[in-house]
Amino acid sequence: METSMIIAGFGGQGVLFTGKLLAYTGMDEGKQVTWFPSYGPEMRGGTAHCTVIISDEPIGAPLVAEPDIVLALNLPSFDKYEPRVKPGGTLVVNSSIVPKESRRDDIQIVTVPANDVAEQVGTPKMVNMAMLGAMLAYTDVLSLTAVAEALADHLPASKADLLEQNIQVLQEGARVATAVTKPVPV
Amino acid sequence: MPKQLLKGNVAFAEAAVRAGCEAYFGYPITPQTEALEHMSKRMVELDRTFVQAESEVAAINMVYGAASAGVRVMTSSSSPGISLMQEGFSYIVGSEVPVVIVDVMRGGPGLGNIQASQSDYNQITKSAGHGDYHPLVLAPSTVQELIDLTTLAFDLADKYRTLVIVAADGSLGQMMEPAELPPMRDLREERPSWALTGAKDREPNLISSIYLGADNLEMFNRKLQGKLALIEKAEVRYEEQFTEEAEIVIVAFGTAARVAQTAVKHLREEGLPVGLFRPITLWPFPEKALFELSQKTKALFVVEMNAGQMLHDVRMVVGIDKPVKFLGRMGGAIPFPDEIERETRTLFEQIMTAEME
Repeated sequence: METSMIIAGFGGQGVLFTGKLLAYTGMDEGKQVTWFPSYGPEMRGGTAHCTVIISDEPIGAPLVAEPDIVLALNLPSFDKYEPRVKPGGTLVVNSSIVPKESRRDDIQIVTVPANDVAEQVGTPKMVNMAMLGAMLAYTDVLSLTAVAEALADHLPASKADLLEQNIQVLQEGARVATAVTKPVPV
Repeated sequence: MPKQLLKGNVAFAEAAVRAGCEAYFGYPITPQTEALEHMSKRMVELDRTFVQAESEVAAINMVYGAASAGVRVMTSSSSPGISLMQEGFSYIVGSEVPVVIVDVMRGGPGLGNIQASQSDYNQITKSAGHGDYHPLVLAPSTVQELIDLTTLAFDLADKYRTLVIVAADGSLGQMMEPAELPPMRDLREERPSWALTGAKDREPNLISSIYLGADNLEMFNRKLQGKLALIEKAEVRYEEQFTEEAEIVIVAFGTAARVAQTAVKHLREEGLPVGLFRPITLWPFPEKALFELSQKTKALFVVEMNAGQMLHDVRMVVGIDKPVKFLGRMGGAIPFPDEIERETRTLFEQIMTAEME
């Protein structure tokens, strides 16, 4: 069993950390993992993404053409990765700032107003946790409990005081997210 | 040690620290800079030497100096920086001092870009500087292997008093994987007998690559070639996967080999007899093993992140009659497994058609 994920958004939305958190959780559960970032001349407000693979077997290619799961935190990420989600896979959309609906009828589409959830329950910076909560609610690659534990273990010491809020946003994202698997009317 | 989630660049830097690297001289360049950053903290913490030099040229000459004093030393860089170090590499080999280099390859030519590439293959395996020699070149494909081969690189450099290059790429440098670091080794207490340590109470040593007479220099070259022949005999490393009764064998190293590995797995699930041959030493190239394998297979398929550099070594080994297909991505592009799968299926069809005719 191998699951590939792409987490994509603006620089500053925490996409690289979200990927690391998934990788840490997978590793802590004894699985093989790879985390592969976009890197280089990136800046806050530019685009950033990372690919995470979690597998029961040693991982070959660190990049995938068709990811099983995509977290699209902003519109450019939605436009770029929505067509690439593997048939049968899951697309998680941040409906607070992505004003589009996917027309694909061969994937599960999870919608969560991640900016609103983050602002209401935590801080505006916790958009990534709301997205992650939504993903965990509708996929079975990792459990929310395991991710929360990994967060406690790997959140940088400088942010330890934000742990509880992060977990609350994670849970709220999972609670308010909705999923559609049937075709969206044209 | 339990496994840690480690970024490739940090992993090889820490592996070097644990292998007893006493001095690091370097100059920042993406996609390798995290290694320099890690060293800037760790070496100071351990009261060892770290210098961020003013250029790659300065860095490699500092490395040359430290190595001449018998100090375990390394530097790391990425393709354009490695080009700048060529002169130093040649002096290091010409003076027979042990040095470890990590090249986190990126797209070229020129300033190119900062994405992963394997286009330094010719440069680092064929000579890596003027004069007649090859560095010993190790090509890891996972973060764990990057750690293991960096550790090995120090031992091989010492054993043969030569230049050892670890050929990584931007993908390996930037990615994170769970990996285990080796325990910390004690630092060497005594300097080697040939090192420049101040000639108090002994005859002076000389570290030099100058031999003004043709006779002397040819004699040195013969000795050097003898050493290289020894390395060719003793240090060949490679890995084979699913090569038993494989009709097509994919030949790839480093990151390209990881991608090929996924393709081979998928093709095997479809029932196609495909295997993977992965050179771990790029020099010495695993000629004998690949030749023997090629005798048992119908065709080879070379996959690289360059325009076909290892391809020449493969062709040289298997001869002109053997079908050898090539897939190369350039300029920092990493192939996806499905490209390799598609091309392999086509190759099977071609072989079957040829057999029917």
